[in-house]
Amino acid sequence: MYVPPHTVTNDDLSALVETNDEWIRRRVGIAERHIAVTESTAGMAAAAARNALDNAGIAAEDLDLILCATVSADNVSPSLACMVQAALGAVCPAYDINAACSAFLFLLETAAGWFARGRAKKILVVGSERMSRIVDWSDRGTCVIFGDGAGAAVLGAGDGYLDSVITVRGGDSVIKIPCSAGKSPFWQGSCEEPYIQMNGQETFKYAVNAMCGDIQTLFNRNGLTHDDLAWIVPHQANYRIIESAAKRSGIPQEKFYLNIDRVGNTSSASVPIALDELNRSGRLQRGDKIILTAFGGGLANAACLLTW
Amino acid sequence: MTNEKILETLASIIADKIDTDAAEIKPETTFEELGIDSLDITDIAMSVEDAFGIEVEVSGELKSVGDLVNLVASLTA
Repeated sequence: MYVPPHTVTNDDLSALVETNDEWIRRRVGIAERHIAVTESTAGMAAAAARNALDNAGIAAEDLDLILCATVSADNVSPSLACMVQAALGAVCPAYDINAACSAFLFLLETAAGWFARGRAKKILVVGSERMSRIVDWSDRGTCVIFGDGAGAAVLGAGDGYLDSVITVRGGDSVIKIPCSAGKSPFWQGSCEEPYIQMNGQETFKYAVNAMCGDIQTLFNRNGLTHDDLAWIVPHQANYRIIESAAKRSGIPQEKFYLNIDRVGNTSSASVPIALDELNRSGRLQRGDKIILTAFGGGLANAACLLTW
Repeated sequence: MTNEKILETLASIIADKIDTDAAEIKPETTFEELGIDSLDITDIAMSVEDAFGIEVEVSGELKSVGDLVNLVASLTA
């Protein structure tokens, strides 16, 4: 993982919008977030990728594929994956997948396909976001939620990816990030600001239902209960979403790995940042069963069951 | 279902959500008084949907527990 060193506290934000530390902590469970000052989305992705390669003891030239995810890329083209490939000096194919906050799970599913076909032995997966570029800093409902950073993992062929659930309910009425309107002199349609739009209540409802449903599906299909799991690593969207999902699922909250208080919601980087933190903290043992779960714009949600 | 019965169920759901005594929750109690914000109301509405088998549209007009009782009563009538 990589997060920019500059942190922004809730008190810092109260100088920008009408808000306060108590409101933000209670509303979303965030105390501070890392915000890019000069770091690019690709630069953070490459930094996280290098850390993952070092941790795995793999050289960039040994990679067979690079898969990346972002909703806050520096460029529409080249893709983030192409920029990471260049930065690392890798020579393998590289492409992006867009599934917003759930995208890291979609990368894993795609990687599983490459492994199943025998087309790859080592795959780098990266989620990187400079969310601070696409939030409206005058909207206290959204600007307090997001943070910047990148998470990465090196995957190897094996049988640790046990099961997955992927669901899409297409539509833009709940979560939307419009692209830049451009400057066409011929365009007569509407022009929206290129900032995150989110219906908080609908997002909450969707997210809780998605998380509970996906975890239960994995439990049912694999004959498991939460007692069989070492950890659930959720998308760190909002503490209260995770709290509500845990309560409704009857799963102790301690089973959910949380770092949202320190990093905020980093969209596609959220799950890999949390997973890397958990791994490096020594609290994951080989053979542990874990569930990763995410939800977000699309609407797209996914969960997978892994043996570490 | 009577409004008293609906209130009893709602009070139990709300009390569980915000960790308070259900007996303290009256129809005239406002969500603001209970320190309940829009995400809490959404969370409560989801539990209400499960409990009564209905679909609740959360709107800004839901100010008090009595408003929610009336909404549930109209949806279960």
